[in-house]
Amino acid sequence: MDKGRRDFLKISGTSLLGLGLGGTAAATGLHRAEPDPDAGPRWAMVVDTRKCREKHGCTACIDACHEIHNVPDIPDENHEIKWIWKEDYPNAFPTQVHAHTEESVFEQSVLVMCNHCERPPCVRVCPTQATFKGDDGIVVMDMHRCIGCRYCVAACPYGSRSFNWRDPRPYIDDVNGDYPTRTKGVVEKCNFCKELLAKGKLPACVEACAAAGNEGVLMFGDLNDPDSVVSEALRTANTIRRKPALGTAPHIFYIV
Amino acid sequence: MPSRDTGRIILGLVVFLALVSFPIWYTASQGRSGERPELVYPEDETRCVESAAYMKSWHMDLLNEWRDTVVREGERTYVSDLGHCDFDMSLQNTCMKCHLNKDTFCDRCHNYVGVEPKCWECHVEPGGASHGQG
Amino acid sequence: MLEKALSGGRRYWTWVGFLVLVIGAGFLAYMRQLDDGLQITGLSRDVPWGLYISQFTFMVGVAASAVMVVLPYYLHSFKPFGKMVIMGECLAVSAVIMCMLFIFVDMGQPTRVINVIRFPTLNSLMFWDMLSLMGYLFLNVVISLVVFGAERKSVAPPKWIKPVIILSIPWAVSIHTVTAFLYSGLEARSFWMTAILVPRFLASAFASGPSLLIILSLLVRKFTRFDPGADAIRKLSVIVTYALLVNIFFVAVELFTGIYSDIPEHLHHFQYLFLGLEGKAALAPWMWVSLTLSLLSAILLLQPRVRNNHGVLPFICASVIVAVWIEKGLGLVVAGFIPNTLGRITEYFPTVPEVLVTLGVYGIGFLILTGLYKITITVREQDKTL
Repeated sequence: MDKGRRDFLKISGTSLLGLGLGGTAAATGLHRAEPDPDAGPRWAMVVDTRKCREKHGCTACIDACHEIHNVPDIPDENHEIKWIWKEDYPNAFPTQVHAHTEESVFEQSVLVMCNHCERPPCVRVCPTQATFKGDDGIVVMDMHRCIGCRYCVAACPYGSRSFNWRDPRPYIDDVNGDYPTRTKGVVEKCNFCKELLAKGKLPACVEACAAAGNEGVLMFGDLNDPDSVVSEALRTANTIRRKPALGTAPHIFYIV
Repeated sequence: MPSRDTGRIILGLVVFLALVSFPIWYTASQGRSGERPELVYPEDETRCVESAAYMKSWHMDLLNEWRDTVVREGERTYVSDLGHCDFDMSLQNTCMKCHLNKDTFCDRCHNYVGVEPKCWECHVEPGGASHGQG
Repeated sequence: MLEKALSGGRRYWTWVGFLVLVIGAGFLAYMRQLDDGLQITGLSRDVPWGLYISQFTFMVGVAASAVMVVLPYYLHSFKPFGKMVIMGECLAVSAVIMCMLFIFVDMGQPTRVINVIRFPTLNSLMFWDMLSLMGYLFLNVVISLVVFGAERKSVAPPKWIKPVIILSIPWAVSIHTVTAFLYSGLEARSFWMTAILVPRFLASAFASGPSLLIILSLLVRKFTRFDPGADAIRKLSVIVTYALLVNIFFVAVELFTGIYSDIPEHLHHFQYLFLGLEGKAALAPWMWVSLTLSLLSAILLLQPRVRNNHGVLPFICASVIVAVWIEKGLGLVVAGFIPNTLGRITEYFPTVPEVLVTLGVYGIGFLILTGLYKITITVREQDKTL
């Protein structure tokens, strides 16, 4: 091989390597994302756990959500359906807790629900696109298309999804006539109150939390709007997300 | 050429014809020939989403279309061909707000033709959800 | 040719009658599942997949293992497998049908399964699994019909079947690779998210599938006038030996990574399996039995004297099947969910209706296999007497 060709190969090889590394750096999310007001809304929620844990025994958000969406109350824990619930902090954040974590943090319960991930594994695995990600960032369940294979349940790293092992209707005390129930054999989860957002209202949990007299505990808004309450919260407090190493990029942020 | 099986064959054919035409002569014997389902229409409203003739033929397709448009495209407003109104695309919150009784409206035709739409397994009929699934 | 499955002696019809009863019981249990929902199984919010999906996983391996006979015979002209090949292909057909049935009975909304075809989703492994299984079934049915049909007429099979047969070889590997990918691509389940899951699946498939084929061949030798060939059985047992050794090695390698790295997330699943976790150890006795059977079988199979003893061989093969069945079914599918993504433990025990449905599916598979074997063996017996 003559010198000219050898040099060309060396240079193009190192350039490709550089490009590859540079490309990887961009893909690993080592940069901050800025709000994009020209794009459509990207919904997100910020939970201030410091304030939430002060409210012992408060379940306003859970009650509101489960009532408005006809979520059944099934006594057998193995078959329970839950869209939103309080989880022990070490179980919700196993990588962000240790043997010497401050007690009030370690012992708290935090609110968990579907994270409406940026890169949702459940959407990736669904064989019928019964679960899909909308342009507004919400991971939606199409109950009409779900075949009940539970692949999404296996794929969700956060345990956010519930399968209907039985007919839920006998377990719904007060049916909300404005919203459907589900039937046996389909998977369901938090839907970020898509039907309320369509009417310009806030999700039920956020409304209920505020109505219970709490301020700035559950915040909901548009990440692409720099003036939204979530953008404000993300700018002013340090936030974490669940299982960050998996790269799912959840849209539920926690102030701890 | 008649064979010893001719009798059996004719008997078999007669039995077959009787069985196959059972729905016709049984209904006639009950005095219900030509019976049509009687629907109870809403008292106040006179405008439906589309014309009655269209709805009779296409309401299933319309609902399927609404289902996919609302859930998968996030679009909730339906512009009627009749040009009188825009409607919220919802079985529970639009259709059933006028057709207040599933038994005297929806079920009448569905029972007559022997179909069981699965909509009601999830969508709540007016007057509350039935407990347990049929 | 098919009518040969409808004539047989007392033993044949007793066996068929028994299978029909098993299928009937399974069918009734499944009707109940359709009515009441999957609550009648032992599955739960934390363990959404159990007996049905683990049987699917195991049988995909058995289906793929037909390649262990097809490849030597068609690609390398290994003549001793000549009479065995059709038996392997019939087993593959029956196994793939069982796979599809196991998936079907696991669905929450089975009437909607057609949605997987109506809305093809290229990013979902389940879509590719469906395609590869259907393709494999189609390939094996066509190959069996064409090749056996030609043999029956004492003519050479048409030339175009050769590339189809060659295609079935990588396709066999692909069906099990895709099934393994179903598990190994999930970042939520650290127990499964390992590249070695694919080779593990293949090794365990090539140990258990040919073991089943050996047992079936010995049964056929005993109860019919057809002999698939002692040489073929001998070669198969060598294949089982190697595959089993590789499988044991792969499991050991996995254990090393988990134990030596000491990462709790990786370690906890193995701990639960073999020692129990937080006082819950339902699967531990099963895993130790599986490990013991694997090692014992490997030691025995390594000795030619034992391997060639056709009195002992079926029992060793049975223990290989049991060992792999436990390891793949319980020790892999169920253990992936224990502990769950939130670090909690919910154990899984199949219920009676769940077992009945499973047995029903096995009944259908074995009925199909019985019919196919009856046809091929009867044809070959009649050819010999001519």
